Amino acid sequence: MSIFVDKNTRLLVQGITGKEGMFHTRQCIAYGTNVVAGVTPGKGGKKMDNVSVFNTVREAVDKTGANCSLIFVPPPFAADAVLESVDAGIELIVVITEGIPVMDMMKVKNYMEGKKTRLIGPNCPGIITPGQSKVGIMPGQTHKPGGPIGVVSRSGTLTYEVVHQLTQRGIGQTTCIGIGGDPVIGTNFIDCLDTFEKDDETEGVVIVGEIGGTAEEEVSEFIAKNVTMPVVGFIAGLTAPPGRRMGHAGAIVSGGSGTAQEKITVMKENGINVCENLGTLGELCASVF
Amino acid sequence: MKIHEYQAKVLFKQYGIPIPTGGVAFSSGEAKKVAEKLGRFPIAVKAQIHAGGRGKGGGVKLAKSIAEVESLANKIIGMTLITHQTGPEGRLVKKVLIEEGLNIEKELYLSIIPDRATAKIVIMASEAGGMDIESVAKETSEKIIKAYINPLIGIQPFHCREIAFGLKLNPSIIKNFISMLNSLYKLFVEYDCSLVEINPLVITVEEILIALDAKINFDDNALFRHKDILEYRDIDEEDPLEIEASKFNLNYINLDGNVGNMVNGAGLAMATMDTIKLAGADPANFLDVGGGASAEMVENGFRIILNDKNVKGILINIFGGILRCDVLAKGVVEAAKKADIKVPVVIRMEGTNVEEGRKILSESELNLITALDMKDAAQKVAQIVK
Repeated sequence: MSIFVDKNTRLLVQGITGKEGMFHTRQCIAYGTNVVAGVTPGKGGKKMDNVSVFNTVREAVDKTGANCSLIFVPPPFAADAVLESVDAGIELIVVITEGIPVMDMMKVKNYMEGKKTRLIGPNCPGIITPGQSKVGIMPGQTHKPGGPIGVVSRSGTLTYEVVHQLTQRGIGQTTCIGIGGDPVIGTNFIDCLDTFEKDDETEGVVIVGEIGGTAEEEVSEFIAKNVTMPVVGFIAGLTAPPGRRMGHAGAIVSGGSGTAQEKITVMKENGINVCENLGTLGELCASVF
Repeated sequence: MKIHEYQAKVLFKQYGIPIPTGGVAFSSGEAKKVAEKLGRFPIAVKAQIHAGGRGKGGGVKLAKSIAEVESLANKIIGMTLITHQTGPEGRLVKKVLIEEGLNIEKELYLSIIPDRATAKIVIMASEAGGMDIESVAKETSEKIIKAYINPLIGIQPFHCREIAFGLKLNPSIIKNFISMLNSLYKLFVEYDCSLVEINPLVITVEEILIALDAKINFDDNALFRHKDILEYRDIDEEDPLEIEASKFNLNYINLDGNVGNMVNGAGLAMATMDTIKLAGADPANFLDVGGGASAEMVENGFRIILNDKNVKGILINIFGGILRCDVLAKGVVEAAKKADIKVPVVIRMEGTNVEEGRKILSESELNLITALDMKDAAQKVAQIVK
């Protein structure tokens, strides 16, 4: 079954005519994703390869039945792009863009409350159900279709490293979700674990976290109460100095909270198998799953 | 992005938030001029650095005469101020804020931050002002009053009342407090702040509300729409290597160890640092070269890392996925030659054409060692710097 995206996903790409948009749309199409439309204001009527480009999301949805949007719009305009898709009734929005002002995302998130649209990201690599649909910038060939393990992560390339180690040991993935490195994001660990738990095909999950915030602590408590599958956890940033933003806007230890050590401790307390050395993650997964 | 107390107070003044009378001084002569305009004593001489704990560190003093203002300014300007937030190396003080002293009756705490979990703007207030708020939060969190504000509707009168009554303010002060709180929220929102903090917010004996300290941090992601704030940036407060790296759009943080490292992706970069430490060595830096791994980026990365004289070995960890490793390997060899690298370099690459890439590296005449995976890479580089 997998979660959030599958072969029924009809994808539209916002920012399709930009450099990133074009490159990654082609990669998604090559992987087998059903890309039905693109949106770039002012370029309506044109085509990007075989994909029709529209001026607005509403028109794209009306004409193509797109139900998912992948956003490559630059930071000053990205929040607006999300709101446009929400209002057009898109069911899943994935935002790759890094650098969106926090205030913009807070407004978007409050606006989306109660609406049926799910937002993944921003500042994320996207989501992939290997073998069915790639909605993002991740390297498709690193993934192994067929499951049974779900992966959810705040990172980009670190996620690929984790997936690579799983694939190398013959452990396939049902769905891999990058929830993003920003402090305010649309979908969190709990949302993903909840959905993975209810998914027949997923039998275990790897959580990839990092310093900053309390998302890993919160999902640990959720897992202890609600999740029956085995979970492996990894936290990046044990050696990160406090008070510094480590690349990701959300990766910052502030006021003593959000340290990697604390997250690891809470995960262990709640029955999560914690990998403390990325070099040996694959071995741990092979033994747990 | 951080700014100094005196700059934050300029913004406070713009928004009508009450501050002590005073001005910044870059020399004892300037300090004297500001003090002479103030007219009465005591006068505070406060070191201006981007770190808290200045008082405890000896960077905040009270003067009872103009001569004392001058001598204190002389002492503090040029001192290396060490506080619990600067690290043992401390920070060089280049300016002081000269302010009128206040007759303090009560000290409150007031701040505004974005709450990532709820996506709301939080106002935090406490009667425990003038203290380390983190200790207050840890030991007596019930003393902190919070109001969560939906940014779509903004601060409402009831939010202000919750805070004002929660602080048990004298009725005579409540109106001014609420007006100030509204202005503070407006500043927070209009300037895309990541923190606005007044600690302490003073109630004087004369029942006047004054922000004795002012701290404002700005959301780096929003600076593109606040060019005026960029002018407040103080390069002296930043690490020179980090400033250099930002010119190349490289995300670099200088650390204490001797293993330089270069990785594509912040999460992977943090994990790589951790792996180096677990292998028994110490990372010299954090360096995220971003998504597009290219020869130019590698060359810039090498230059930045090598500017740190502590570096005895370098680890490159590039997970490209679609990236062609033979192309990257050629780039690494070129870059290593141009940067004239004398220390050994361990390279771990993943992507397409991995074997070709490894061959190119081993056939170059440089000390480029290939690693099979992260475990192997960390062990190899730890061995080198031992």
